[in-house]
Amino acid sequence: MVEPQPHRVTLPNGLRVVLAPDAEPGSTAPGGPPVVGVSVHYDVGFRSEPEGRTGFAHLFEHLMFQGSESLEKLAHFRHVQGSGGIFNGSTHQDYTDYFQVLPSNALERALFLEADRMRAPRLTEENLRNQVDVVKEEIRLNVLNRPYGGFPWILLPPVLYSTFANAHNGYGDFTDLERATVDDCAAFFDTYYAPGNAVLTITGDIDVDHATDLVHKHFGDVPARSVPERPSFAEPAPSGELRDRHQDPHAPLPAVALGYRLPDPVGELDEYLANVVLAAVLSDGDASRLQQRLVYRDSLVVDVHAGAGLMGAPLDARDPDTFTITAIHSPEVTTDRVVDAVDSELERLATEGPTAEELSRVTARWSAGLHRDHDRLVSRTLDLGSTELLHGRAELVGELPTRVGAVTAEEVAAAAKALRPEARAVLEIEPTGDADGGAA
Amino acid sequence: MTSATHRSAERIGHTEQGPRPLPPLAEPRAGRQPETVDTVLENGLRVIAARHGAVPMVELRLRIPFAGEDAAHPARAEVLAETLLTGTERRDRVRMDTDLAAVGGTLQAVVDPERLSITGDALASGMETLLDVLTDALTEASYPEHEVSGERDRLVERITVARSQPRTIAREELQYHRYGDHPFAREVPQAADVAEVTPEQVRQLHRDAVLPRGSTLVLVGDIDPEATVETVRRMTSGWHAAGAARELPALPEVVGGDVRLVHREGAVQSQLRFSAQAVPRTDERYPALQIANLVFGGYFSSRLVENIREDKGYTYGAHSTFEFTPDNGTILVDADTASEVTAAALLEIRYELGKLALVRPSEAEVESARQYAIGGLLTSTSSQSGLASMLMNVAALGLGQDWLSEHPDRLRAVTHQQVADAARWYVPTAFTGVVVGDAEQLGEQLRGLGGVTLP
Repeated sequence: MVEPQPHRVTLPNGLRVVLAPDAEPGSTAPGGPPVVGVSVHYDVGFRSEPEGRTGFAHLFEHLMFQGSESLEKLAHFRHVQGSGGIFNGSTHQDYTDYFQVLPSNALERALFLEADRMRAPRLTEENLRNQVDVVKEEIRLNVLNRPYGGFPWILLPPVLYSTFANAHNGYGDFTDLERATVDDCAAFFDTYYAPGNAVLTITGDIDVDHATDLVHKHFGDVPARSVPERPSFAEPAPSGELRDRHQDPHAPLPAVALGYRLPDPVGELDEYLANVVLAAVLSDGDASRLQQRLVYRDSLVVDVHAGAGLMGAPLDARDPDTFTITAIHSPEVTTDRVVDAVDSELERLATEGPTAEELSRVTARWSAGLHRDHDRLVSRTLDLGSTELLHGRAELVGELPTRVGAVTAEEVAAAAKALRPEARAVLEIEPTGDADGGAA
Repeated sequence: MTSATHRSAERIGHTEQGPRPLPPLAEPRAGRQPETVDTVLENGLRVIAARHGAVPMVELRLRIPFAGEDAAHPARAEVLAETLLTGTERRDRVRMDTDLAAVGGTLQAVVDPERLSITGDALASGMETLLDVLTDALTEASYPEHEVSGERDRLVERITVARSQPRTIAREELQYHRYGDHPFAREVPQAADVAEVTPEQVRQLHRDAVLPRGSTLVLVGDIDPEATVETVRRMTSGWHAAGAARELPALPEVVGGDVRLVHREGAVQSQLRFSAQAVPRTDERYPALQIANLVFGGYFSSRLVENIREDKGYTYGAHSTFEFTPDNGTILVDADTASEVTAAALLEIRYELGKLALVRPSEAEVESARQYAIGGLLTSTSSQSGLASMLMNVAALGLGQDWLSEHPDRLRAVTHQQVADAARWYVPTAFTGVVVGDAEQLGEQLRGLGGVTLP
């Protein structure tokens, strides 16, 4: 399959629009299924929230579903689902996304819903208090009431990073969430949710000209507002090994996370991609280095994973970004034994590099994985949108298999060499429940 | 908070023009039904091959009914699933992974009380390699001593991790509460049983239970269905046996009754899990029940979510789903709530159950749920992986692509009266279940509410 080239329009109010149809205009091909994807990516994530308001970007994402000038509370959900569609939103380090996937006859409705909340969301005290409660339940579900909650995405950054922006908990502390006011919401919206700070992506069963007309019709009169200058979150790399421990009352087994700084995903993309390949050589599949050594040969760990990116996917943030290696291990094995084994595998890769077979394995799985991802309209839509936002070029999505395939053994060796003990964070999870496993 | 001169929230929420009308829906465009071949091979294996999607991939799903009544079965089955793909005469674990990776492929095996399930994918050009690795394991898996002992030790630890997850604890308690010692309730094996499993026991289980007759293979993607079936026929010809794979014994009916409170030390949130008897998916009342379930708690715009999440903030998510086996169907209702609002959430769930059963759903509620059910089938089967999984789900019930293609019409034909009739499955007394949480915090309120057995 040839990845179709996305079309691009920018409205006078600054809104950037990416259109990626199943079939090219003028083509008589029947195209894919009668389904469309619509997403809006706003250029603000949890790294931008101020001190004393941890978790605010995510809380605000919830508020954006609570109604707008033309839509009562609950109307957004009902209109999307009552048209046969699905919706969601998510908050990342550097952006917040909202999406819908619907039968293609609901395209105009989806654009209307996104435009209405970009133009005039209803930010009320009642909805704010309700969603603070909902978000607290979300945090209990995903962090406080379960083993390994927030491991490593919440727990590792405060060890590796020193600035508030990079180190703080993006889900937020309950006290901060409770302090949030409606006026905070108004300020956040006016600052970050300007049309010029957003990317609208439309994919699937669309006609580009018709979809473009609908975009003008619904988003054209969203007033332009000033767009904030994007801050740099850069900070120096650690100058020594940083260590910390976290006590987990629900975890039955100890765990460890190693965090390293990555090359700039935008400015040093090829170096970054060498780390993506390195991560796959280390832990993707039974034949990978860390699975072979730590799981099968030495039986040190129950599970091990290496990856570029803090939230589970590479190329999901701007600089600074994090390379993580995580493992759950039995209490009889010390953290140092696990870390030493990782270091010796990194050392071997830094010296000898990966084999040609390892590289081709990674390349084939990467391109198959990309095809598979993009067969799901949700993933295709969100990937194009976040890539346009972070890299300014949605086309990059289609170019990645080639660029990943071009990564050499020397570049992977250099990436492994850069993962030095003296510039990393080591976070240990210490189970503190009773001997039966966790708090049960 | 950031902009020094921002507008007020009141100002932001209003424009000069005022509220705008919702645009109507356009004419729907009909999708193409995938070209499908659905046949049973000489060895008894049912094969469904479908051409679908635009990416050059193929998705694979294999379901082998894998029930066992022996108390030692769950542990042996678990070790078998973990080691099925770790060695044959021709390949060791690394060779398998390497051969699969060469065609961008993956294969995983998991087991539950009903079936051994193998899922995989590869570039469509590598389908023969994918099938070769699969059939190699199905016919020649050797369960090497060191792989079995290694996986066995890791499984003991993984089971400990699984049993520390609130959702696993709650599921296990619900299954036991609903089904007692029926094999369907034995989802996570006991660590002590796993520690006893020997390679020879696993090999014996493979010979007895990894059988083509009664099993189903689904292949979906950029493939020619006719040619694919011929390829499968050729490549699986060495997989044959006299017997048939074992389906689960019939499940007893779920009987309504008291909810059981299960204590979990240190819990800050409770798992509420309820269930009632329903009908099999093949029952003619199912489409109406599907719509009634959506109205109750089957999607975000349901009464339950709008009440306990969007109005009261008691939960992040509340759901009502079905669990189908070939001859049975049940309703499952779940929500996780903070300890201090758990009893209040239980009260609201009971209220919504009673209300659905007694007060006819409105026309708008039925139409919204109907459109969601029709659209949801379209969006969830638009991808190759989505269609493959959906085909396998319905194939397990004896259905196929025809049933999927006809389902939108079935949903369109449902009358409001049929939905009101189906809603009666939701009377509160039809439900039973468990609440897992901190009994010290929950006990008094739940005792006051009634219908709860305390520890």
